[in-house]
Amino acid sequence: MFYRENGQFKTSYAEDQALLSIRQDRWFIWLVLVVAFVVVPLFASEYLFKAILIPFLILALAAIGLNLLVGYCGQISLGTGAFMMVGAYSAYNLAVRVPDLNILLVFVLAGLITTVAGMLFGIPSLRIKGLYLAVATLAAQFFMDWLFSRVKWFTNDSPSGSVTAPAITFFGATWDSPTEKYLLVLAIAVLFALIAKNLVRSNIGRSWMATRDMDVAAEIIGIRPVYAKLSAFAVSSFFVGIAGALWAFVHLGSWEPLAFDINRSFSMIFMVIIGGLGSILGSFLGAAFIVVLPLLLNQVPHWLGIPISTATASHLEFMIFGALIIFFLIVEPHGLARLWAIAKEKLRIWPFPH
Amino acid sequence: MGPLIEVVLGGLMAGVLYSLVALGFVLIYKASGVFNFAQGAMVLFAALAFARFSEKMPMPVAFVLAMGVMVLMAWLVERLVLRSLVNQEGIILFLATFGITYFIEGLGQLIFGSDIYPIDLGLPKEPKIILEDTFQGGILINIDDLLAAAVAGALVLSLALFFQKTGTGRALRAVADDHQAAQSVGIPLNRIWVIVWSVSGFVALVAGIVWGSKLGVQFSLALVALKAIPVVILGGFTSVPGAIVGGLIIGVGEKLAEVYLGPIIGGGLENWFAYGLALVFLMVRPEGLFGERHIDRV
Amino acid sequence: MKTLLKSAVLASAVCATLAPAVASAQAKEQFVPVLVYRTGTYSPNGVPWANGFVDYLKLVNERDGGINGVKITYEECETGYATDRGVECYERLKAKGPTGATGFNPLSTGITFALTEKVAADKIPLFTTGYGRSESADGSVFKWNFPLMGTYWTAADILVQHVAKKGSLKGKKIALVYHDSPFGKEPIPVLEEHAKKHGFELLKLPVTHPGVEQKATWLQVRQQRPDYVFLWGWGVMNSAAIREAINVSYPRLQMYGVWWSAAEPDTLPAEMAAKGYNGLAMQHSNENSAGVHKDMIKFLHDKGKGTGDKKEVGNVLYNRGMLSAMLLVESVRQGQTKFGKKPLTGEQVRWGAENLNIDAARIKALGLDGIMQPLKTSCLDHEGARKARIHTWDGTTWSYTSDWYEGDNKFLRPMVEAQAKKYAAEKKIEQRDCKKES
Repeated sequence: MFYRENGQFKTSYAEDQALLSIRQDRWFIWLVLVVAFVVVPLFASEYLFKAILIPFLILALAAIGLNLLVGYCGQISLGTGAFMMVGAYSAYNLAVRVPDLNILLVFVLAGLITTVAGMLFGIPSLRIKGLYLAVATLAAQFFMDWLFSRVKWFTNDSPSGSVTAPAITFFGATWDSPTEKYLLVLAIAVLFALIAKNLVRSNIGRSWMATRDMDVAAEIIGIRPVYAKLSAFAVSSFFVGIAGALWAFVHLGSWEPLAFDINRSFSMIFMVIIGGLGSILGSFLGAAFIVVLPLLLNQVPHWLGIPISTATASHLEFMIFGALIIFFLIVEPHGLARLWAIAKEKLRIWPFPH
Repeated sequence: MGPLIEVVLGGLMAGVLYSLVALGFVLIYKASGVFNFAQGAMVLFAALAFARFSEKMPMPVAFVLAMGVMVLMAWLVERLVLRSLVNQEGIILFLATFGITYFIEGLGQLIFGSDIYPIDLGLPKEPKIILEDTFQGGILINIDDLLAAAVAGALVLSLALFFQKTGTGRALRAVADDHQAAQSVGIPLNRIWVIVWSVSGFVALVAGIVWGSKLGVQFSLALVALKAIPVVILGGFTSVPGAIVGGLIIGVGEKLAEVYLGPIIGGGLENWFAYGLALVFLMVRPEGLFGERHIDRV
Repeated sequence: MKTLLKSAVLASAVCATLAPAVASAQAKEQFVPVLVYRTGTYSPNGVPWANGFVDYLKLVNERDGGINGVKITYEECETGYATDRGVECYERLKAKGPTGATGFNPLSTGITFALTEKVAADKIPLFTTGYGRSESADGSVFKWNFPLMGTYWTAADILVQHVAKKGSLKGKKIALVYHDSPFGKEPIPVLEEHAKKHGFELLKLPVTHPGVEQKATWLQVRQQRPDYVFLWGWGVMNSAAIREAINVSYPRLQMYGVWWSAAEPDTLPAEMAAKGYNGLAMQHSNENSAGVHKDMIKFLHDKGKGTGDKKEVGNVLYNRGMLSAMLLVESVRQGQTKFGKKPLTGEQVRWGAENLNIDAARIKALGLDGIMQPLKTSCLDHEGARKARIHTWDGTTWSYTSDWYEGDNKFLRPMVEAQAKKYAAEKKIEQRDCKKES
């Protein structure tokens, strides 16, 4: 009833190709954007910004990047942490060595450097498939771990190997309050979500999906797998690299390779799967799920006033987290985005389902 | 010459230890097509169970009890997870085993504690030095490493016999080849899965005891799986001998790299080197050294 | 739409509940956040430390009724040794309690680095007792960091002093087997300086996290035959290193661990075979009969209020956690002399930490005689004490095998200042003039 598209006619090609062709969707997205850009900054607490919203948005950006690769092109990567690391250290070196460079440009350049790294590690995908590829991408993870802790140049000869990001300044202002940082990250995340959404509707996006569904068949209808796979690795790495730079500069401030270790890679793949493969919205939902869930699980005993030791709470957190992953995979292997789609479908015919 | 031989020997021994863990991966993949990431967590869980039981009772009893725990776990995994995920894609099953990993890690620490628990098998810890006349300084041999190698050898032999000679083994191979065909000739798929998870639980227990006696049983045992993964990709997901040969290649390769390449380009490279080595092998043979050829049809 | 609304309501409810509770009205309470890791890879080392820390806070409440009548409240937060979880814990706990967090003890070099700038902005002291960044001993730049009782640079210096005493180091070879992280890399600059000064060769052997398998590293040790091995590890890396040292027959007597590599969990798996392995004792070892331990048993464990196992009281890492908590409590007490006997803000506690003066009489009063040396901080010196001795594992327990050493400040201080200056320049921090402040 609330979500009916009848009465909305498309009279031009432009309308037919609109990003959100249903009016309710447009309203909803605008509403979300207004809330995110205006309402949240007015009311959110510092904790909400620093510990939840900023990490959520950055990881959502990385999840979109990974989703382009995994969900749209079907190439599984367990090395996202490594590419975030490349983005972070590239941005650090650019910012430190070329101090006059606009920080936004630094992020973009860091993304481009990550793109190169991503394509390099994407080459094996031309020959190796499926789980073998997934596991092989772990090579990238361990290699980057080693590279950035061994080569001193990357850390500007810091004796401990830990680096500290310079302050984020552009257009003459320093963006360091939680609200400013949040707005910066939000703007970037929204922009890239839009780019990604359009990309997957384009020629290149279709070639990715064809490769995903069956690469041999795609090749036969004239899609060059080299081009499709490597472009997916490139675009995905670009997103992930920028997310990595933001994670380092905006969220952590100081970091070491361990901040982008294999657990980061694993949690990224969870976000994509739980959120929904091949869905931009799903990337956001998945990121929210993975960021908020452990905090919730950790806090629940506190609120309920159950005197539970930290150790027990942490062990339980592990168990519930694991159980929930299994639960989601069993109930809805296509992720939260699919649940969302089902909800929309239900809304369309509600309250008269027949 | 002496040092080189020692490095190779050390690599072989480390490789055998990786193989012990890798075997568990292979068994489950072979019979159910699941890449079981939880193998590391199972090693931890089994070792924890054994270590804590053996504090209160003699070791053989503890071993049997720990094995019982692993069988129970296999049964639960089949009941609660695998049964509901039949016919899902490999990647979904793979991620489900991540869920199992977290669950087991949490459960293991919750029940058995998150401290460090020693396992003392009563073996001599000091190494023996042989061939002192031939090489300067001789060559070190560790008794417990040799024992681990013997255990791994015995495991592989008995697993090979089990797969080839027993009815259950044949059923397992049938299931591995084709789930539906196996089911249609009357092989109970669910029971087979419980069996194969139990067997890999057994392998995990053995690996856990061997590793635990070296490092002490603690959470980090679960991370041993990360060292076993390149072994599995190199050897092929479906090959028991592949797990052994892969382990030996990875073990020797990474030790040689660390000792001889490390001082030149910077140490601490054995982790990525193992994965890199596996990757290079994969470029030549995308199904792993002993993996089954896979033909794509449109 | 209904579902939409529902989820929106749910989402906002989640947001609301996640926000930290607003400080309760001016209660006479001092809130201490406790960052711990009781699960995961490093838990065997993290648990005893956390138990000691929490036990001491409990003891102050039970025995003394708080710090001069101000009750201590605390909340644990599990970091799992992960930087991002540590940052989240920090954000969650920094504003709790009537006056905000007293001070943070992250027990992780990585988290220390990530928090260093955040604490300066939020005006909360960061206590890193026996760890953290070594250059933060210079309080004129690192106003909020307190690497009390010794930094890694002090530790490295003392280890070199100890082995130099056994005979000239000229032409000798020392291997550093280290955890490949900021923690493990900290001592390298000092050891390199010493290598130049004493004329020994420094062999750097990194071990990648978590370090379950170190055969290659120790085969290198066997081939190179260094005269001494310094072990800079944490977690499973230590027990694996000791096991591999045994496997290659490297004499344990020539092995020296930093104070984080010389505790019970490290030697337990090898037990007797680890006999002779040495480690730095950060003032304390595994004493369990000092006054404070008796109080711990009497006031907490005998009443069933202890945090961990009773047997654990007095273990090396337990004692370290206890001393870390003690220094925090003493900083509050010192701050109270200036600001009054009420709950203090982070800024006031910082003043206390900078003006600590724990002399022999005070140590006795605290029941800590035998397990710590006098400690005095100042604006310039946030480290306070640079003393340590060597203790050795005899197969069942740790016992002292050397006299006290003191970190050579003439040698270390210039390095600390140079590195701190570099940091100040990078971050555009104005150095405080310590002459004016004291």
